[in-house]
Amino acid sequence: MNREELNFPKKPFFTRGGAKVPHRKNTANCESVVLTDIPEVMIPMSQHIGAHCKPVVAKGDKVYVGTVVGDSDAFVSAPVHSSVSGEVKDIIYITLPNGVVSETVVITSDGLFEKDPAIKPPVVENKADFLKAVRASGLVGLGGAGFPAHVKLNVPADKEIDTLLINCAECEPYITTDHREVLENSWNVFSGIYAVKDILGVKRVIIGIEKNKPDAIKLLKEMADNQKYDPDDVIRVLPLKSSYPQGAEKVLIKACTGRVVPTGKLPSDVGCVVMNVASVSFVAEYLKTGMPLVRKRLTVDGSAIKNPQNVIVPIGTPVNRLIELCGGYKEECGKLLMGGPMMGIALFEDTAPVLKQNNAILAFNKKEASTAKGGSCIRCGKCIDACPMGLVPTKIALAAKKNQVDVLKEYNTMTCMECGCCTVTCPAQRYIVQSIRLGKAILREEARKEKGAEVKK
Amino acid sequence: MKLFVSSSPHLRSKKTTTGIMLDVIIALMPALVMAVVYFGFKALLLAFICVSSCVLTEYICRKVMKRQNTISDLSAAVTGLLLALNLPADISPFIAVFGCIVAIVVVKQMFGGIGYNFVNPALAARVVLMVSFPTAMTTWTNTRFMGVDAVTSATPLAAGEGAYSYLDLFLGNIGGSMGEVCTLAILLGGIYLVVRRIISPIIPVVYLGTAAIMSLILGLDPLYQLMSGGIMLGAVFMATDYVTSPITKWGKVIFGVGLGVLTMLIRTYSNLPEGVSFAILLMNILVPHIENLTKPKSFGESRKKGEKV
Repeated sequence: MNREELNFPKKPFFTRGGAKVPHRKNTANCESVVLTDIPEVMIPMSQHIGAHCKPVVAKGDKVYVGTVVGDSDAFVSAPVHSSVSGEVKDIIYITLPNGVVSETVVITSDGLFEKDPAIKPPVVENKADFLKAVRASGLVGLGGAGFPAHVKLNVPADKEIDTLLINCAECEPYITTDHREVLENSWNVFSGIYAVKDILGVKRVIIGIEKNKPDAIKLLKEMADNQKYDPDDVIRVLPLKSSYPQGAEKVLIKACTGRVVPTGKLPSDVGCVVMNVASVSFVAEYLKTGMPLVRKRLTVDGSAIKNPQNVIVPIGTPVNRLIELCGGYKEECGKLLMGGPMMGIALFEDTAPVLKQNNAILAFNKKEASTAKGGSCIRCGKCIDACPMGLVPTKIALAAKKNQVDVLKEYNTMTCMECGCCTVTCPAQRYIVQSIRLGKAILREEARKEKGAEVKK
Repeated sequence: MKLFVSSSPHLRSKKTTTGIMLDVIIALMPALVMAVVYFGFKALLLAFICVSSCVLTEYICRKVMKRQNTISDLSAAVTGLLLALNLPADISPFIAVFGCIVAIVVVKQMFGGIGYNFVNPALAARVVLMVSFPTAMTTWTNTRFMGVDAVTSATPLAAGEGAYSYLDLFLGNIGGSMGEVCTLAILLGGIYLVVRRIISPIIPVVYLGTAAIMSLILGLDPLYQLMSGGIMLGAVFMATDYVTSPITKWGKVIFGVGLGVLTMLIRTYSNLPEGVSFAILLMNILVPHIENLTKPKSFGESRKKGEKV
């Protein structure tokens, strides 16, 4: 095939806005440590966007690593598996950090990590087999959103996909798990890309990666140029500017292809599928071994952590145990985050379990946990300059507080992806994105009401 | 363990309102220094009186209204300094203090304090003083380098084109308000603000550009027009006031064009001594409408031609 036709961009396309956030990638050189000394794991039935699973095990059952413990009949859902071998201690309800109350299977580990004897590599002959295998693997978007992968990969036949984008931007401060994934599992990354690319039938693959990871870029480029790893010569690495939020789906698509996803549409509407680098790597691993998603690489960092590092832990590991294994707290912890400091969720208790879509646990000291005062808007316009979606954040935030539905609609509130750039840059330290979230909730409520009124008619 | 829970993001920029106001004060320093050079120590004294009375007034206002005190954000100090630089050097301190009280009480705090005033407090106060004390507000002190044959002098605009050399205009050896005389000092402050990303250059550039084109159309000398009167100080420090200028990019352009046209029309066809203050006040009032007209297009939004937004 002629390489020219594939139109690989030489440099990234323009993306507007963004915030200069500190990188703080302290753990970029820390090789991942596998932690196994976990006496008990908690496997919530909701670790993805979509329908909750139902437990398929009962109290006292013997489970192995990879045994299905929860599943659902719904399409938008993904099964969950046991991450240790041992015995089901109990099935309880817990409140997840995002506020969702979920049934949770508590498993006492026997410390042996015995593999479920039923596990074997899946037989994949066609697209249907592949999607079934991806569903069975329990894979969800590992970048943080947790959208079931088999749903994303099941692109309707009428939509033509020509580009697979691999998201390795990792624009959140602190987090280095994608970086480590590339360095430690580069072979899996490329074979995973090939598996997904063939199923989707795409012409080209672009790996988008921020410039602050020079060693990973060098490695990926070498491999993409190598006949052995990229026999079809369709993979290119595109170094992106180090600016939050380069890794946001719509921003990444614009930067890598120049295409703009229209409001309310999906990446597949502009011929793209975006997958996180850890997700494609996992696909390769699963096709090879048949071991479902039971372990996760995490960055453990922050001012209150004694030994910041990258770890690989069984899913369901309680955060407090994880932090103990990382040397515990250096000073009193004021705030615990699941995810990065820009979009991560603050935990209300340290017993919460590690989830599939989780990629960092950050602990901050009291000083960094203190919150902003929040003064009056001085209309400096920095939030407008920072907004990657071209919105007027301060207007939307004020309209949300005043419950002005028409203004919220007029200013395209639903386009907001809650990246928080407006709030980070605000000199008056206002809670802008938090108010916009409120505005989005108001609009959703309004839409529900309208729908209800229509039904009544 | 007590954990703090809040909604993301969990980071904040180090640039604060106070920092921005401090940068504006720093940017005003060259103009203040030149005022002291030309008019002597009394210029510094007047600036001190204005700043302290603005801050004090704001403090009392917030106390009376039982609101959180905001003097630490330095916005009152900026208002005071700007007002001082808009006054003749020899004005009575009582008039100056009266202006400060008008700026803070009537224009700023009655509308809710910082961020809610719909016109620039310093400019509105200047206009109030101008109509209340027209003589005192237009008795311009000679600079120290002007010779001793007169105590007061006409501004370059009143004296007519050609009365001063370009060099005098540029350096500020002319009659006028304390801070508006020296074009060079104002430009330095403006460059500082742009480099520090405190202001966007759009408004000053469009304003001055439009004014220059308007002078050509009206048959005036553009350079002379731009370097005399309050247009420089107005373009760099007054028209760029965050609160009272549009936040959208195209809004800023419209705002600048409007200012340039109004300023030159007032200068040419009205019997007012100067048009900058009124032009900026008028455009301040139009800001909400300008913003409604210039709503930026959001990512992926499809807006057909002629479609109502």
